[in-house]
Amino acid sequence: MRHAFALRIGPIGFRIGSDWRAPIDQLRSLYRDYPAPQDGVADYTVRLFARRPWRRWLRPSVEIGGDYMLPEAAPLPLRHGLLAAEMAMNLQMALGARRHLLLHASAVERDGRAVLMTGVSGAGKSTLATLLAARGWRFMGDEFVLLDPATGLLHAFPRLISLKNAAIPAAEAAWPDARMGPLMAATPKGDIRHMVPDARAIAAMDRPATPALLLFPRYGDAAAVRPVPPAEAFVRMTQASTNYVALGEPGFTAMTRLIAQVPAVAIDYPDGASGVAQVEALCAAL
Amino acid sequence: MRGAVTDLPHTVAADARLLACALADPGRVMALGAEGWTSLLTIARAEQLIGTLALRLDGLPLPRAVEAILGDARAAAEQGRRAALWEAEMARRALAPLGCPVVLLKGTAYAAAGLLAGQGRSIGDLDILVPRAALDRVEAAVLGAGWEWVKPDPYDDAYYRRWMHELPPLIHRERDRMIDVHHTILPLTARVTPDPERLIADSVPLGNGLRTLSPNGMIVHAAAHLFADGDLAGGLRNLWDIRCLVEEFGTEGLAEAAARHGLRLPVARALRLVDGLFAGGRLAGSDRLCVRRLTARDGWGRPTRPVTRLAFYVRSHALRMPPAMLARHLWTKWRKA
Repeated sequence: MRHAFALRIGPIGFRIGSDWRAPIDQLRSLYRDYPAPQDGVADYTVRLFARRPWRRWLRPSVEIGGDYMLPEAAPLPLRHGLLAAEMAMNLQMALGARRHLLLHASAVERDGRAVLMTGVSGAGKSTLATLLAARGWRFMGDEFVLLDPATGLLHAFPRLISLKNAAIPAAEAAWPDARMGPLMAATPKGDIRHMVPDARAIAAMDRPATPALLLFPRYGDAAAVRPVPPAEAFVRMTQASTNYVALGEPGFTAMTRLIAQVPAVAIDYPDGASGVAQVEALCAAL
Repeated sequence: MRGAVTDLPHTVAADARLLACALADPGRVMALGAEGWTSLLTIARAEQLIGTLALRLDGLPLPRAVEAILGDARAAAEQGRRAALWEAEMARRALAPLGCPVVLLKGTAYAAAGLLAGQGRSIGDLDILVPRAALDRVEAAVLGAGWEWVKPDPYDDAYYRRWMHELPPLIHRERDRMIDVHHTILPLTARVTPDPERLIADSVPLGNGLRTLSPNGMIVHAAAHLFADGDLAGGLRNLWDIRCLVEEFGTEGLAEAAARHGLRLPVARALRLVDGLFAGGRLAGSDRLCVRRLTARDGWGRPTRPVTRLAFYVRSHALRMPPAMLARHLWTKWRKA
């Protein structure tokens, strides 16, 4: 394709091709500290293209394609091209990944031990992960965490952090030095701005971690802690995995092993500082 | 970025011939560089042949990244095979009380019979062939076993029942898998009329109560599907099936079998193209046009050669039904859209 860029996030290599320069320039800048795919061969190809040649210039409209596609994926205007690229990369993972059990979760690591956080959108898994990272934890990712069925270890996938709406000014205030992508206003998902994870998260992204705690956070209520029984944790985690069914038996084995090995806890937290304190207290008690 | 065919000696253009070449002669991938590998893997995914490629290249010393990607593809193909065979078993249980022959077709048949063509093959829907006389009872049995109509539209339903070679598609409400129940191998509107009773009479038992077509029957069906029905979309996979079936079973009696079903020309074309695309044979005339269509994909996985594609699309409709009927059909579909 006319413009192209390749990179690796954790163990996964991507090649992104585009009919336009702008999204590739943005990716190249934001992902400048990331390595190239292993052996130069990407796991997935992503294409950003114009459905008709004239749509390259006339009301330019970015179609999302690649190795794996959704037939009903709606195109985005060119000013949201970076979002289109990120959506397309996530789509390859969600539909194509077979090497790892894909967990829709955030994760942080300390001393080789990882805390996995999952929950519905708005539960605060991204916020907690970034707040914990600010207190010295290593950020592993806030979209997907990759569980290796062969080893039971968690692999980091620290892609750009996708900030939405109110989270944008909050993150800008908390990390004034962080590198940010363009503010994309009024996308189908609201206002979006991407933030580059801190240098340590990128430098350590090839180092897997042992799962130590499975957390189901919920933002809003007074602080509370409740142990989650294994059956409930199992069901919630299968719902949080995009490829649990596709993996078949290895997926089941990996998931049951994770649930059997690691305590599962649900927490309610009224604000970020309380949430961080709750997580650190739980980890200290492990 | 151009496709990396420069890495492969003696290859021709930046298109899916790269994939055909790798499948036919796996040792030649050793000459590929990073860009060539990326193109090959992307094309293989787009043509739904990545699992097949993974099994063909198994055991070769490959770059680590390539080995990891093909390892995933092998695991996915194995899981796909397991799911497809389970789906066949579900159909067997639903249809066993009827006592009529149930013949597996295409991917599921190759996998169930342990054929070369099934190794690593992606398998989508479950395709079965049953005697037309048993069709009503088969329909009732699959509906009773949890399959449901995909297209509740009355025109589509009536069209399928009057003119197609299969029931309207059904999907299982719990397993989310489609079943295509065929009573012959080409639409009733096509000029050619194969003999489904003969196909069923010649079919081979699998040992579990299900059957597959005879080897020649499989080749005839694959060739009919490829050249007498569709627009060659995904055709590389079908042609690779035919190549594997010929390698495994030879072509003895094939010409007679093809003639019996009125499919002499499509079968002869399939054999020529197998030779041309996978064994370096020389092709002429319309065969070269078919290769142009079959290999119309670039190293980014994009469909190429829109004019050729359109020509084959138009041809598929001309093959499928007479012009007046086609006009009426398209008019009805357009008004509903």
